[in-house]
Amino acid sequence: MIAMNVNLVQHLLLNIEETVSIVLFGIGFTILLLHRNLIKKIMGMNIMDTATYLFLAAKGYITGRAVPIVVDGIQDVEAYINPVPSGLVLTGIVVSVSTTALMLALTIRLYERYHSLDLDEILILAKEEEQT
Amino acid sequence: MSFVQNFPFFSIILAMFSGIVSSVLSGKKARNLSLAMIVVTTVLSACTLGFCLRTGESYTFMMGHFPAPWGNEIRAGVLEGVTAVLFGVVMFLSVVGGIAHTAEDVEDGKLNLFYIMIDLMLSSLLALVYTNDLFTAYVFVEINTIAGCGLIMIRQKGRSMSAAIRYMIMSQLGSGLFLIGLSLLYDVTGHLLMSPAKDSVELLVATGSYRLPLLVIMAVISVGLAIKSGLYPFHYWIPDTYGYATPTGSAVLSGLVSKGYIFLLIKIFFRVLGYGNLVESEMVNVLYLFGITGMVMGSIHAIQEKDTRRMIAYSSVAQIGYIYMGIGLGTTAGMVAAVFHIFAHSATKALLFISAVGLYEVSGDRKDFVSLRGAAYRNPLAGIGFAIGSLSMVGFPMLSGFISKLLFATSALASPHKMLLTLFVLAVSTTLNAIYFLRLVITLYSRPREGDRPLPDNPVVRRSWELKFAVICFIILNLVLGMASQPIVQAITDGLAMFD
Repeated sequence: MIAMNVNLVQHLLLNIEETVSIVLFGIGFTILLLHRNLIKKIMGMNIMDTATYLFLAAKGYITGRAVPIVVDGIQDVEAYINPVPSGLVLTGIVVSVSTTALMLALTIRLYERYHSLDLDEILILAKEEEQT
Repeated sequence: MSFVQNFPFFSIILAMFSGIVSSVLSGKKARNLSLAMIVVTTVLSACTLGFCLRTGESYTFMMGHFPAPWGNEIRAGVLEGVTAVLFGVVMFLSVVGGIAHTAEDVEDGKLNLFYIMIDLMLSSLLALVYTNDLFTAYVFVEINTIAGCGLIMIRQKGRSMSAAIRYMIMSQLGSGLFLIGLSLLYDVTGHLLMSPAKDSVELLVATGSYRLPLLVIMAVISVGLAIKSGLYPFHYWIPDTYGYATPTGSAVLSGLVSKGYIFLLIKIFFRVLGYGNLVESEMVNVLYLFGITGMVMGSIHAIQEKDTRRMIAYSSVAQIGYIYMGIGLGTTAGMVAAVFHIFAHSATKALLFISAVGLYEVSGDRKDFVSLRGAAYRNPLAGIGFAIGSLSMVGFPMLSGFISKLLFATSALASPHKMLLTLFVLAVSTTLNAIYFLRLVITLYSRPREGDRPLPDNPVVRRSWELKFAVICFIILNLVLGMASQPIVQAITDGLAMFD
C-alpha cells in the first residue's frame, strides 16, 4: 500500500505541470460554480481556462528542443517542439478573452441596476422588481 | 469534385459574413439580410442533402491546403444534411414569427445587434453540424454560447440580464469541461481531426492502454456538453433563460441551441470515441439514468409552475431527458429515436413558444393561467397552434411527438435490461406531460369566469401576419414530421450508418 502511494506521488511529481494544471482547473471550476461574488466567479473562470492552457503547453513541450520558428532553413523535425498545442492555446486565449469581456460587461450592467455583486441577491432583487 | 460539395462551407461563411456586414446596417436592413441569408443557407443545405442522398455516401471537404491528418476538415453526410435543413427551417420560422415582438423588445438602434446574434448563431450551429475537427467544434461552441447570451441579454430587463449571467456561468462550466476533455483526448491520441482520432482511440482500446484517461475523457466530454444542453441535474438555468428572452430568442434557444450541442455529442460519440466503447464503459448508463430522472422531474417542475412560459421551459428539461434516454439505451435504434426526437422537439417547442406569444398579446402580455382563460377565442390561430404543439408533446398520433415516443418504445423493447424501466418512465412522463399541457389547453378554451382579474382596458393586440404565417408553417412541419416520418427515419438510420 505504502509502496503504491510512493509510486503514485512519484508519478504525480514526474508530471508536475499536468498535476498542477488539473488542480488549478478544479479550483477554478469550483469557484465558478460555487462562489456568490460575480467578479470572483469570473476570476475562477479565468483560472480554469488558464489551467487548460498550462496543460496544453506542458503537453506540447519536448525537453531539449527549440521553438518552432524558422531562423536559418528548416532543420530536422526532431529539432522542434510540437507547435499545434501552442496554436490551440492562442485560439483558446482569444476565446476566453471574449467570454471574460462579455461577462464583465454583464456584471457592470447588473451592478448599475442592483448595486450588488452577489448573484443570489441579484436574483432575489430581480424577482422582486418583476413583481412590482 | 462536384461544385455542390462546397456548399456546407459556403453556408457557414455566408452566415458569418452577414453577421459582420449587419454591424453597419440599420435594424430593418439587417433583419432582411438575416432572413435572406437563412433562406439561402437552407437551400444550400438542401442541395448538400440531395447530393449525399444521390451518391449514397458522405464526403469530407478540405479547408485550406493541408490534407488530413494536419489540416481542418468539414464533413457532410445525410444526417448532417437533414439536421442543417431542419435547423434552417426552424430558425427562419422562429425569426419570422417573432419579428413584431423583437422590434418592440429590443431598444431602438440596437435592432441590428439582435440580427447579428441570429446570424452568428446559425453560422455556429451549421459549423457544429458540419465540422470534422474537434478544436473547431470547441471554438464554435463558444461562439454559440456568446450569441446565445446576446439573444437573452438584448432584452434589457432585470430578469433577462440575471438569466443571461446564469446562462453564461453554466455554459462556461460546460465549455471548460469540454475543453479539458479535448486537451486530454489530443494528449492520448495526437489528433484533432475526428477520423484519425478515432483510429487512435480504437488502437488504444485494442491494446488496452490508457484505459483510465479514456474513461475520464468520455465522462468529461459527455458531462460538459450535457451541462450546456441542460440535462436534468444541470438544468436550473433553463426556466429563466427560456422564460425571459424575446420570443424569437426563446424559440431559437430551446429549439436549436441545446440540440446543436446534443448533435455534436452524438457526432463525437460515433466519430471519435466509438459508441461501442461508450456502451462497454457503462458511460451511456449514466446518461440514461440522468435522462429518465429528467423526464420525470422536468414534468413535475412544469406542473408546479404558474407562469406558463416557464412551464414550457420546464417541459424542455423533460424532453432533453427523452433525448439522453435514447442515447443511453446503447443501441442504434435508441440513437435513431433520440435523433428523431431532436427534430420533433425543435419543431414542436418553437411552435409552442411562438404560438404562446400570440396568446399573451391578446391577454395584456400576462402569462399566468387565469389571464389566459379564453385566450384561444381571442386569437384562434395561436390557440390551434398551441393545442397542436401540446398534443404533439403529449404524443398524439399524426404529430411528430407520437413518432418519437413510438421509436423510443420500440427501441426499448430491443434492450432487455432497460426495457421495463424505460417503458414505465415513458408512460409516467407522458401522463405528466398530458396533465400540464392539457390543463393549459383546457384553460385556453374555457370562457373567462366572473370575478377573474379583468384584462387591461386596451389589451396589447398586435396580430401580425408574420406570426400567423409562422404558426401555420410550424403546424405543417409538425404534421410532415408526424405523417411522413418513414423517409426521415430512414435518412437518420442511413446517416448514422455513415458516421462509422
